[in-house]
Amino acid sequence: MYLQVNGANTYCYTGGKPINPAQPTVVFIHGVLNDHSVWILQSRYFAHHGWNVLAVDLPGHCKSAGEAPESVEAAAGFIGDLLDAVGVQKAALVGHSWGSLIALEAAARLKERVSHLVMVGTAYPMKVSPTLIDASLNEPMKALHMVNVFSRSTLAAPPSALGPGTWVFGAGMALGRRVLASNPKVNVFHRGFVACDTYVNGEQAVTQVTCPVLFLLGAQDQMTQPKAAKGLIQAAKGAGKTVQVVHLPVGHNQMTEAPEATLAALRDFLKP
Amino acid sequence: MPGYADPGFDTLALHAGFVPDATGARAVPIHLSTSFVFESSDHAASLFNLERAGHVYSRISNPTNAVFEQRMAALEGGIGAIATASGQAALHLAVATLMGAGSHIVASTALYGGSQNLLHYTLRRFGIETTFVKPGDIDGWKAAVRPNTKLFFGETVGNPGLDVLDISTVAQIAHEAGVPLLVDSTLTTPYLIKPFEHGADIVYHSATKFLSGHGTVIGGVLVEGGSFDWEKSGRFPELTEPYDGFHGMTFSEESTVGAFLLRARREGLRDFGACLSPHSAWLILQGIETLSLRMDRHMANTERVVQFLASHPLVSRVGHPLLESHPSHALANRLLRFGAKGAGSVFSFDIKGSREQGKAFIEALKIFSHLANVGDCRSLVIHPASTTHFRMTDEALAAGGIGPGTIRLSIGLEQADDLIDDLKRALKAAEKAGG
Repeated sequence: MYLQVNGANTYCYTGGKPINPAQPTVVFIHGVLNDHSVWILQSRYFAHHGWNVLAVDLPGHCKSAGEAPESVEAAAGFIGDLLDAVGVQKAALVGHSWGSLIALEAAARLKERVSHLVMVGTAYPMKVSPTLIDASLNEPMKALHMVNVFSRSTLAAPPSALGPGTWVFGAGMALGRRVLASNPKVNVFHRGFVACDTYVNGEQAVTQVTCPVLFLLGAQDQMTQPKAAKGLIQAAKGAGKTVQVVHLPVGHNQMTEAPEATLAALRDFLKP
Repeated sequence: MPGYADPGFDTLALHAGFVPDATGARAVPIHLSTSFVFESSDHAASLFNLERAGHVYSRISNPTNAVFEQRMAALEGGIGAIATASGQAALHLAVATLMGAGSHIVASTALYGGSQNLLHYTLRRFGIETTFVKPGDIDGWKAAVRPNTKLFFGETVGNPGLDVLDISTVAQIAHEAGVPLLVDSTLTTPYLIKPFEHGADIVYHSATKFLSGHGTVIGGVLVEGGSFDWEKSGRFPELTEPYDGFHGMTFSEESTVGAFLLRARREGLRDFGACLSPHSAWLILQGIETLSLRMDRHMANTERVVQFLASHPLVSRVGHPLLESHPSHALANRLLRFGAKGAGSVFSFDIKGSREQGKAFIEALKIFSHLANVGDCRSLVIHPASTTHFRMTDEALAAGGIGPGTIRLSIGLEQADDLIDDLKRALKAAEKAGG
């Protein structure tokens, strides 16, 4: 569905369903150079199992117009505005990679309006190598290739986003090219990486979160190594938050290389 | 390896799509099961509704076929693939997914006879018209576009004249018109050219040929590149509007880059049913594992045979881009991975003299097998005008670069010297038949 958020046409995948005020809502937030479709096997399931789903294309990404967020904070503000635009009072937030930081910051700001926070493939600080940041700006195809190589953990993924026969690496490359081309004004690849790299409010934000937090990490993740999430997990625990940590035997493509395990972890955590 | 490296062609040909499972089997197992057990009623419903990915029924997907599909997508640089019962089934699946009655295709004249037949006769009966354009006639491709055009279609190297398709130029024209370019890459395989890198949008193969490589199996595969923007085109409501045949699903919303493959599997395989047997998929996988080794030998043998024929007094023409006289010589050198050598090992030549002499030639061959196939490990020979292209008029044959006396060879993996001896003997027999 399309809706207006801050005056910009915004796309959210809902599983083809209208918003039902009687149902809980879950917002899926994608990472750098991705869109709603990376969540397809999780978002469609929830949309058909009693949840309102808002798998959003962030502003300036693919089907959504508007200014691509320059920072995690700007994107988090957008998530709040999105909930207001839909008329949803409370929602679970699920984010991947950059999207996990956006979900964290949004949860800190929205407090009781967020029922659950899930950070998939996360790290804090989410430092991006200067080489990769530079390549994302000056040699985006090379950088896209690097990201997909680093994200991959298998040459033989189980049936995935397109069903059996999906070549996850190729699908990741194609989606990256499409998202990059979708915004002729801004290099959303570079902007997204800079937003990850410069976000410094993570440990503060996690103390302000009022809901349970799930860290869903890829044991073989080279983009956001599990050890790089330890500090944030400790900060959450230290602040007395209800924290779950699940490690999947996968890299950074949690939703597409381990779709069933990712869904199972989400389902268990989001159980009403 | 995975996660660290960026595997090359041969590694992908051996490993993409399969890692040993709980059984420990190193080779890809053949899953000869029509259907797959559901964990629960909810699991069943979720699989049917595409909320979860998995196997339900082998007409729609199968674990062995999925290995073949992933492997081909990996080798082509695509996003995914669908195994089909044959190359023709792959072509039909592509067409049937993208259009219905009232639609129009622009296709190269240099096509396999079966493809030409499907487009020119059979699809017309279902309300789909095709305009044929010589592959090198760039203005012709442009001029053929109509408001109802849904597809451009050609072969990487046209069978059997080996007219090389200028994929990037034709793709550009197609994209300016808002339509995708479908390419049949059977004769080149991803080892010799990757059409997506040049702008093609969908690629298919008759896996019967070089992919399986041993003349043992009929099969096909359809691969999507993920670059064509179906929504932006505005010509494909089949992919961008809710589809009643699948619970109102809008395929382009479900997948930003794979709407075509989603619909092709969920509608095309489901309803038309031209699926591949898992046993056939396994046979094709055996071939793919040695694809580059075989293609290298195919090319080396072909080069020797082309040189021999080109210098033989009874041969009036050899249609291989290796020769400077071939119209696609320069394009082949520019486009194909190994230059003109990479135009493959299926080519035609003309014997000076009568049809009877041509017949005498074929019947004198001992190593070359006279049959209707190409891409076998054994060398093959056929007379297109009386077999593969027999339904075509003389004009249509000529448009495809085929004469009444044209002989088509598919060079196999035997010793090149033995092949040349065989041809030499047969040419002598042809000479004698001419009196």
